[in-house]
Amino acid sequence: MNEAVPWPLPGPATGHVPVLRLGDVLLVTLQGDLYDSTAEQLQRDLAEAIARSGAAGVVIDVSGVDVVDSFLGRILAEIAGQARLLAARTVLVGMRPAVAITLVELGLTLPGLRTALSTEAAMELLTGRAWPARSGGRHRGSP
Amino acid sequence: MDTAAGAQARLPIRSDMDLMWVRQHVRQMAAALGFGLVDQTKLVTAASELARNTLVYGGGGTMETTPLAEGGTPGLRLTFRDEGPGIADLEQALQDGFTSGEGLGMGLGGARRLVHEFAIESSPGAGTTVRVTSWVGRPPLRREEV
Repeated sequence: MNEAVPWPLPGPATGHVPVLRLGDVLLVTLQGDLYDSTAEQLQRDLAEAIARSGAAGVVIDVSGVDVVDSFLGRILAEIAGQARLLAARTVLVGMRPAVAITLVELGLTLPGLRTALSTEAAMELLTGRAWPARSGGRHRGSP
Repeated sequence: MDTAAGAQARLPIRSDMDLMWVRQHVRQMAAALGFGLVDQTKLVTAASELARNTLVYGGGGTMETTPLAEGGTPGLRLTFRDEGPGIADLEQALQDGFTSGEGLGMGLGGARRLVHEFAIESSPGAGTTVRVTSWVGRPPLRREEV
């Protein structure tokens, strides 16, 4: 079920965020600190991956991200915007509480972004199907 | 000045790789000084906004970190300097939504809300200096004060 969507390899100077495919949903996990260029590359990669795969949804896991500034916030909002134009919905997952508090004070509430507390909840939101919860997760409403 | 959290340091801001160093350095210093997780995150985010301004609008510059202590309360001061074109209208530049480049225009005004003290000096042709300070354990500013 897991299958990487192929795309051009980045040059040596740019970082690279893998995009995984789970059914008709693309899953992206951001980890740690990102170069600006890595975030911009991801934005381009995702547009191509959505168009190529016909994915209906994109899940972006930011639980491993400890800082979201207005630059990364803008990239996330633009990813959601371009996904919508390509007939896919985007769900942001697992934002850390300190990041959420900071973003609101910064004045960035990202109103166009749908959010979920866990990947399972995001998958359910996008596919309308229940996904098996991992033990210890914050999944709600599992059958 | 030497404190437990280390001496004053100056970092270059010349590339987006330097922005990452700035964030890491501020995170380490803030943690060493005893800032809580939310306050660390606010300081690092403010530093990222201001460093990006230095890079994008100032054509590059430096960030200086200065550990402080006032009446037993540790604090951290960050000073961003560039020798770029400067800002003609500071009031306008501090308003949300104002931008002359990419971004959401949250840079200066947003960073000001994330710290306790904020000072900016700039004039056309003379570059820009932004100095921000936060103190451990002090509550955030009330919205009316920002």
